[in-house]
Amino acid sequence: MITYPYIPNSAPQTKADMLRELGFESIEALFSAIPPELRLHRPLDLPAPLLSEFALRRHVESLLAKNTPASQALNFLGAGCYQHFVPAACDEINGRNEFLTAYSGKAYEEHGRWQALFEYSSLMAELLNMDVVSLPTYDGLQAAASAMRMAASITGRREIIVATSIQPDKFTKAREYNRHLALKPLDFEPATGKLNLSRLEELLSPQTAAVYFDNPNFFGIIETDGAMVAEMAHKAGALLIVGADPISLGVLKPPADYGADITCGDIQSLGIHMQFGGGHAGYIATHDDRRFIMEIPIRVVGFVPTRVEGEYGFGEVASERTSFSKREKGKEWVATTANLWAITAAVYLAVMGPQGMTEIGQGILQRGRYAMQRLAQVPGISAPHSAAGHFREFLVDFSGSGKTVSQVNHALLERGIFGGYDLGGKFPQFANHALYCVTEIHARADIDLLAQSLTEVLS
Amino acid sequence: MTKRIFQQARWNEKLLFELGSEGERGMLIPPFETEAGGRAENSVPESMRRQNPPHLPEISQVETLRHFLRLSQETLGAGLVADFGMATSTVKYNPPVNEQLARDARLAELHPLQDERTVQGLLEVMYRLERFLQEISGLDRVSLQPRGGSQAIYANVSMVRAFHARRGETQRDEFITTIFSHPSDAAAPNVAGCKVITLYPEESGYPGLGALKAVLSERTAGLIVTNPDDTGIFNPRIREFTDLVHAAGGLCVYDQANANGLLGVLRAREAGFDACQFNLHKTFSTPHASGGPGAGASCVTEALAPFLPAPTVEFDGEKYYLDHDRPDSIGKIGSFYGVTANFLRAYAWIMSMGADGLREAANLAVLNNNYLLKKVLEIPGVTAPYQPNQPRLDQVRYSWTELLQETGLKITDISNRSADLGMHFFFSHHPYVVSDPATLEPTESYSRRDIDTYVSSWAQIADEARTQPELVRSAPHNAPIHQMSDPTYLTDPEKWSPTWRAYRKKHSE
Repeated sequence: MITYPYIPNSAPQTKADMLRELGFESIEALFSAIPPELRLHRPLDLPAPLLSEFALRRHVESLLAKNTPASQALNFLGAGCYQHFVPAACDEINGRNEFLTAYSGKAYEEHGRWQALFEYSSLMAELLNMDVVSLPTYDGLQAAASAMRMAASITGRREIIVATSIQPDKFTKAREYNRHLALKPLDFEPATGKLNLSRLEELLSPQTAAVYFDNPNFFGIIETDGAMVAEMAHKAGALLIVGADPISLGVLKPPADYGADITCGDIQSLGIHMQFGGGHAGYIATHDDRRFIMEIPIRVVGFVPTRVEGEYGFGEVASERTSFSKREKGKEWVATTANLWAITAAVYLAVMGPQGMTEIGQGILQRGRYAMQRLAQVPGISAPHSAAGHFREFLVDFSGSGKTVSQVNHALLERGIFGGYDLGGKFPQFANHALYCVTEIHARADIDLLAQSLTEVLS
Repeated sequence: MTKRIFQQARWNEKLLFELGSEGERGMLIPPFETEAGGRAENSVPESMRRQNPPHLPEISQVETLRHFLRLSQETLGAGLVADFGMATSTVKYNPPVNEQLARDARLAELHPLQDERTVQGLLEVMYRLERFLQEISGLDRVSLQPRGGSQAIYANVSMVRAFHARRGETQRDEFITTIFSHPSDAAAPNVAGCKVITLYPEESGYPGLGALKAVLSERTAGLIVTNPDDTGIFNPRIREFTDLVHAAGGLCVYDQANANGLLGVLRAREAGFDACQFNLHKTFSTPHASGGPGAGASCVTEALAPFLPAPTVEFDGEKYYLDHDRPDSIGKIGSFYGVTANFLRAYAWIMSMGADGLREAANLAVLNNNYLLKKVLEIPGVTAPYQPNQPRLDQVRYSWTELLQETGLKITDISNRSADLGMHFFFSHHPYVVSDPATLEPTESYSRRDIDTYVSSWAQIADEARTQPELVRSAPHNAPIHQMSDPTYLTDPEKWSPTWRAYRKKHSE
């Protein structure tokens, strides 16, 4: 009989004492409500346990050893998940056992958690120039899908015009989640990669609930016609939803400033490790308008005064709208999502400050321009949309090289480089194009090495 | 009775926005080495340039770290107290070894689109974890993609809908649930566009077969329930329920967010379910992380497997790979492949426990709960409605009504006073079919001493409610803050302040 370190009362004497106190002969008797014919009458078929912590660690580390992290390579992949620098303070705080093991305690037991989450919303609000920022939803995909649902509910309409220049999974998710709505794809100008405004004019109608686009878009292109799109949408009685990565907002205009009614996106860039796509969390932001707040499906934290002047208390704003209060009559559902990443993003924005956010944006812009120009010099490669402004990502066209993106990436991998994401599968018009990503982690020498390696691979 | 003496950390910590001063820095960001690409601002079209820097605080790294450390101290995580007041959530021990492994760079620094040959270790963890969960549920395939339990519930509902649609039975748009099932069991079918029918318990604590029969029809898409509910009462006729639903052409979805009392005892398969979900952050020991990320594993039968979210993890005998070619898939539920760090934590937990350890966890979760039940019922004024003198499984929904009627206090007073004693207190999910409820779930992670301590603090509060009601009514006294004074700040649009900037606009002179 094993006494398990994680199970205090598995000590035999304790178990016996407790059973005696309850007046039961065996633990088995406590399960008497479960009919024998439904019971599993054999042990689960699982591997023999690794009972010592060192054996467990050795086993798991042997599995981890089969992975090659981006930090041990030179990575140019983005496409929805980004290798940014993670300040040590972020991991120091999100590794605190208090935050890690807390759940959803009330304001008195977990005051610190509530304040950190309120600060997260408040910091994001400054970046976004909007007064209301929800606690996280699961990820940026869910944030976009929920924002569309909100818009339909607010306007009482059921068509959403969605730019096709967004992460393809975002479109798939939004369509699956919103089957009661009609998603109308809005294409982009082949030459510029930007939204096709004449097509938008055709698609807008009295049924349009919202127009949705990402800025920068999936190809890294900075959309310039946001104000025009907002005007067109609003004229048709529709809302404008813009997906924005907060890390861009030190240098890019917040969507609210050109007319967005709802801004949404993912905060993975703000101090959260990539984790093979595990490190995502979504945000939804609106103006301080009751109609909008009542449609936000997830938690919104608000300030509450206490009996002591100067003390801060916190609670959930308008919680009666949620599924916790109203079950199926509530807005979508409230549940465990990704609050630890909100606390992490708060630490990130606090250490970065206004100057840090501006400088990191500038650094990403500079590296992007340098990388585009440097790669364009590689024979066989061209960079489309080079006239457009880009943030963090850009397309590289390998059509003239005689090699496929897959061949190029295999050759790069042998040199310890993760080449750009192969776009051909999801965007037929970009067959043999790859999406390259550069962030503040890339030094000039890294970009030069990429250019040199591509030159060798393609020669 | 020995009174519990407790004082939580109280830092009176200001908001970040009140710290620091102009020009302070928390982090330096040196410029790129060359301007060969041109000046940064020139690459942003003028119409899209930010005009003014964001009004973020300017604070040194020293004070920033201190600030968040203080906030962490004002957070009563499960590492600090026996957290079984947060019931229905299976808040159990989160071993630090799993935490360290999950934070290893060989997981943390992986990009989701990097070459599969460079992530064989993590794909193997996912593949093996899926096999473990298949065995634990008795079902045939698993998707780890949902990023929480409710998202997995939604995925299961969505797959049931797709299953009926594929068979041309699009009229099947009704889901049947029970009032004690989690709110998401009602909310998710509604989001998926289905009608929700709710069954209420009989005296036994669970609905009767007659109530189910009355609502089954050719419109039945499925049944979606917990069992046991948060009463801890197992519906022994569950197989008759699932058989009836199947006979009516519907499918059955088992909400196994809290499977802690059933590990190795009862599986979704034998109970007649076609799908279930496990919350890795509950039963499988990954941390609750201040409210996520958790992870939801969606488990289904072969019949539902074609509809699983894409991609799936496969093994061809030599290497692991992701299969994106799933034509009948419902599509994407969440980004990429799910909350991978929790896969590693759950995998490590199962590997450290084995089959016997999992069964021991269920045994002790149930033993602890019944021991707790017996002790709580010794407190005059607190009751456990339904099925007196019968053992319960992993949790119990208690009622404080008798004591509140006697003393004139409210359930929130009891909850506030709990904070003074360093204890969590969960009112249970709405609606309060059990009046003035509080649900407790002691899991296997807490000792007999922990249980005795929790019960003695409830006994102390019950005693205080009778002898010093004002002390209880004015609580908390030992928490980081005092009682909040104006709840209309959360309901009145003229007052509510979801952010500091909203607060300044509404409440600063």
